[in-house]
Amino acid sequence: MIVLLDMGIGNLSSVQSGFARSAGAETVIVQSGEAWDELIASGAQVSGLVLPGVGAFGDAMFQLRSSGLLRVVRQMAREGKPLLGICLGMQLLLSVSEEHGSHVGLGIIPGSVTRFPNSVKVPHMGWNDLVKVVDHPLLNGITQGDFVYFVHSYKANLQNEADLLAAADYNGIVVPAVIGRGLVLGTQFHPEKSGHVGEAILRNFVEICRQTAKAGAHA
Amino acid sequence: MLTKRIVPCFDVLDGRVVKHVGFLENRRDAGDPVALAKRYSDEGADELVLLDISASEEGRLATHRVVEEVARQVNIPLTVGGGVSGIDDVRELLLSGADKVSMNTGAVRNPQLIKEAAHRFGEQCVVVAIDANLNQTMRTYEVMIQGGKIGTGMDAVTWAKKAVDLGAGEILLTSFRQDGTREGFDIQLTKLIASAVNVPVIASGGAGKKEHFVDVFVEGHADAALAASIFHFDETSIQQVKSHLRQRGVPVRWEK
Repeated sequence: MIVLLDMGIGNLSSVQSGFARSAGAETVIVQSGEAWDELIASGAQVSGLVLPGVGAFGDAMFQLRSSGLLRVVRQMAREGKPLLGICLGMQLLLSVSEEHGSHVGLGIIPGSVTRFPNSVKVPHMGWNDLVKVVDHPLLNGITQGDFVYFVHSYKANLQNEADLLAAADYNGIVVPAVIGRGLVLGTQFHPEKSGHVGEAILRNFVEICRQTAKAGAHA
Repeated sequence: MLTKRIVPCFDVLDGRVVKHVGFLENRRDAGDPVALAKRYSDEGADELVLLDISASEEGRLATHRVVEEVARQVNIPLTVGGGVSGIDDVRELLLSGADKVSMNTGAVRNPQLIKEAAHRFGEQCVVVAIDANLNQTMRTYEVMIQGGKIGTGMDAVTWAKKAVDLGAGEILLTSFRQDGTREGFDIQLTKLIASAVNVPVIASGGAGKKEHFVDVFVEGHADAALAASIFHFDETSIQQVKSHLRQRGVPVRWEK
């Protein structure tokens, strides 16, 4: 089972239908730490976690903390379970953001989040092609130049190049589009809104969750 | 590279797509919105805009059901507008599955709505729609509201800048003069607004053939182009428009 975290601001229904459409995967929405505990107590086997999100960085971190979901994210990351952050959800994985002040993030992937310069139109909105940096199971079947849908005013700056899986070129600015460290993964674009390419990425994440759960069961 | 977007638009009345000819003229049935949305998305549309033109309370509910159904079935972004006048309208449409909400008359009457919506839901989902009409004597474009029935005396460039300052993430610009004519987009107006603001501009009104899209992107500097009737009635397909744009060197998204 894949759990979507509800941070009170995201467009969860479209992510949920994205998973259903692309992989026939059922997802469960969890809104609080208590709801998570109940789910686990009921015997549910959670194979992966998704942090969707539109909205502001500071609000989202506040929401994660006050809802008790922060410890859920930390626990899943510690246990080496697959985690997928989408758009703002990806940015939350980084150390710090300058969106409306300075905010500390989850710090799972070292790096910062800064606003685009005014030399380009902000938000970066629309379909941009992907430049694959490495082969990764999340990008199975994705080829150089496939298009995905972005909408964001802030971008990631990674401390370690090794965490960059794919990038997009926005008028000369390199935008980290897919990032990952171990099984903690993130996409700056919206796979649930990125046509067949996005559906393939969601399907790949479901497969990563399935494989990880299988390996765990055999260990 | 960021590509130029082709955006089919439908007007929804009581849960059906209706044909849109000019602002004030008659409209006729153009089919089921969910079927049409799926078709466009399969044919390579980059985004969909759905405008609720129903006045009645009953019509509004029908539109909400349409938004939910379309959002569930398509895998591309969806903008919804029509009659948005308060923050609750914005919230409700986003909860129904819209990715962006377009506001027009409501934003002119209460500009703070833009600020409030941007603050609560993020600039990326706030689209301000501007209907602009050329004032021949003043040589300026005037903002029109209520579907073009009322002139506001406000200059379109001034309003676009103000809307962006308040938090609009995108401008949906319709030329009142060109809308329904199929004689081409209003290049002068599009260029004027696109160079005045630092957010994407969707040009609308006047699309009649594939060549018009090249003009609005190359000369008008639009980021996206919207069209309704030429796609509804199979006069030009999205693929034909895109392949023409590609031949002319305009970057567009292409699914292999």
